Amino acid sequence: MSTATPGTQAADDLSRNFAFTTRLDAIVAWGRRNSLWPLPYGTACCGIELMSVMGPKYDLARFGAEVVRFSPRQSDLLVVAGTITEKMAPVLVRIYEQMLEPRFVISMGACASSGGFYRAYHVLQGCDMVIPVDVYVPGCPPTPEAVLDGIMVLQKMIKDHAPRPWRDNWKNPYDQAR
Amino acid sequence: MTKLDNLKQDLAGRFQVENYRFSHQFGDDVLEVPKEDVVLLLKHFKDSGRFDFLMDICGVDYPDREKRFDVVYHLFSSKDGSRLRLKAMMADGESVETATRVWKTADWFEREAYDMFGLKFAGHPNLRKILTHHQFVGHPLRKDYEADAQQHCDSVLPVHFDNVDGQRGDVLNENFMPINIGPSHPAMHGTLRMMAELDGETIVRANVEIGYLHRCFEKMAETHPYNQVIPYTDRLNYCSAPANNVGYCKAVERLLGVEIPPKAQAMRVILCELSRVIDHIIAVGTGGLDLGALTGFFHLFTYREKVYNLFEKLCGARLTVSMTRVGGMAQDAPEGWFDDVLAFCKEMRVQVDEISKLLLDNKIFVKRTMGVAPVTAQDAVAWGYTGPLLRACGVNLDLRKTTPYYGYDALDFDVPVGTNGDIYDRYLVRIEEMRQSIKIIEQVCKNVPGGDYTIRDKGIVLPEKKDVYGNIEGLMNHFMLVIKGLRPPAGEVYDATEAPNGELGFYLISDGSANPYRLKVRPPCFAIYQSFPTVVQGWQLADAIATIASMNLIAGELDR
Repeated sequence: MSTATPGTQAADDLSRNFAFTTRLDAIVAWGRRNSLWPLPYGTACCGIELMSVMGPKYDLARFGAEVVRFSPRQSDLLVVAGTITEKMAPVLVRIYEQMLEPRFVISMGACASSGGFYRAYHVLQGCDMVIPVDVYVPGCPPTPEAVLDGIMVLQKMIKDHAPRPWRDNWKNPYDQAR
Repeated sequence: MTKLDNLKQDLAGRFQVENYRFSHQFGDDVLEVPKEDVVLLLKHFKDSGRFDFLMDICGVDYPDREKRFDVVYHLFSSKDGSRLRLKAMMADGESVETATRVWKTADWFEREAYDMFGLKFAGHPNLRKILTHHQFVGHPLRKDYEADAQQHCDSVLPVHFDNVDGQRGDVLNENFMPINIGPSHPAMHGTLRMMAELDGETIVRANVEIGYLHRCFEKMAETHPYNQVIPYTDRLNYCSAPANNVGYCKAVERLLGVEIPPKAQAMRVILCELSRVIDHIIAVGTGGLDLGALTGFFHLFTYREKVYNLFEKLCGARLTVSMTRVGGMAQDAPEGWFDDVLAFCKEMRVQVDEISKLLLDNKIFVKRTMGVAPVTAQDAVAWGYTGPLLRACGVNLDLRKTTPYYGYDALDFDVPVGTNGDIYDRYLVRIEEMRQSIKIIEQVCKNVPGGDYTIRDKGIVLPEKKDVYGNIEGLMNHFMLVIKGLRPPAGEVYDATEAPNGELGFYLISDGSANPYRLKVRPPCFAIYQSFPTVVQGWQLADAIATIASMNLIAGELDR
């Protein structure tokens, strides 16, 4: 590297070599989408497929989301993997409330998204009845590829600062009931 | 003399057998008695050693009958493999004496019958809801309860315990530290909830709450045709889905009185044993994970993926395969599939030894598990343990040997048995079972019988697609079977298979229509898990985590 006197053409060229300009929100989003810390809320069969997503073959680490945290305080991506029953719903809401902003939710599989083929007396017909969901991944259970696709969709949403009215307008359903 | 005559002779003189009805239905021995005699009979059967296992208690609802409910007990003898179904009628509001004083395992099964049907068991110390949430009103398996009538829940029950003599369960002791773990906790595998009172690190009282994954399997089975129930069975024990498919189809086939062709039998055996291997992979892998050994889990999961590949090649699905149909298999194995399975076995053989070295010879693992929270053989039988956990206690019971099906009697394999019933022995048994399963698969794969993969009964099995689209007969056959449905004769049957976790029983009642009238699953880990609070009492909290991992509780079949 040659020495350069400040204010000269050579100095401007040098700064282009090691610096670039960006907007603050863009670089924050870049950091956010490439270091999602998931909380695997695995309740059923989808939880087993989520293990595959984390496992050696599909390896979620390639997308920067391998730091699994079971504490809602330390995670920013809630992966609802499996059937949410009526009994489980208050627990899920409490976990979601304990997460810090920014927080994202992926609903993995048919049961979490809509109750799936359990149109039954004890099954919540979709976890979006109690918490706001950003990405739905179809399948029963979804293949690991589909889950990876869901993560990539979420990453794009973060990158584009996509508006999320479902989250902005969310109120705890149990507060309203009381 | 048949077993039933023998039983009759035994009971004559002791009981008023003229009020009893002995019958033999679809290969099962059935004894119908007045409800007052039930517990006396159970006690007699247990004390005389005729039956040592109480496998299942459940209710059945017949709303048009004067006495609306049946309470059904399934007994099993490990000596000769014989079974007995004991039935009594109850009207709404009546009660029957509890069997908890005879068999400890009756505890949760009676609570479930209370929750689902409102059957009352006099003298049961904790007759409260078990599967549905605490705000749920009504009894969902009664025929007049709509299958999709949801009731919302907005709170969680506080820490509570079971009532015991002189001590109320909902009153906490101020001297001890109450602690709640789960249902969302990594060691609780997603949906289990454990509560304990601690003195320092030692557990004084413990309790568990289940039902966080109660997906109403039994109600769903009543509202779907026979073949459409198969995908629901996949999701019972989702770690070994094909084993559930096989168990269910075997029960329906027994009711229909059909025998599946040798090739279908061989394919089912391979699927069952492959699922035993992958189920034990999860049990051993997550067992190590809960004790901090992450490597074993990642290592083993590579091989679980290889079995997924085999399943995918066979039917297109990875986890929930729904590969069987009533009457055989859904389709034939693709060319070269059996060779792929053999290649996997060869590889897996080496890996089982690796994992055995990695975990069972690991000093930390040994210290955390050896001698921890052991269960005696006697207790295990009283609790209704089956499968690897029972064998770890030293009881040599495996349905593949006791009552062989699908040609297991012709195969050469051993049943590993432990000695201490502690956590270490459970893993020891599981790892050896993986070796034995591989041995079974290799034997079957090397001699796959030829012939068809399903029976060709027009009233049971759909015709092949080429016939449906190719000729009018196939088209009509397809149309009729879809419209009319597969209709087994009216009757009932209890059929059990050796699933990876133990005895998986299906109690199926047909009224001759296209849907099952009642389908009760006897899940192995339901009986096992209810012993947990007793087993961990006096042990440290960290030991409880190791115990829960070693029980391999799968919420799908626990809560159904």
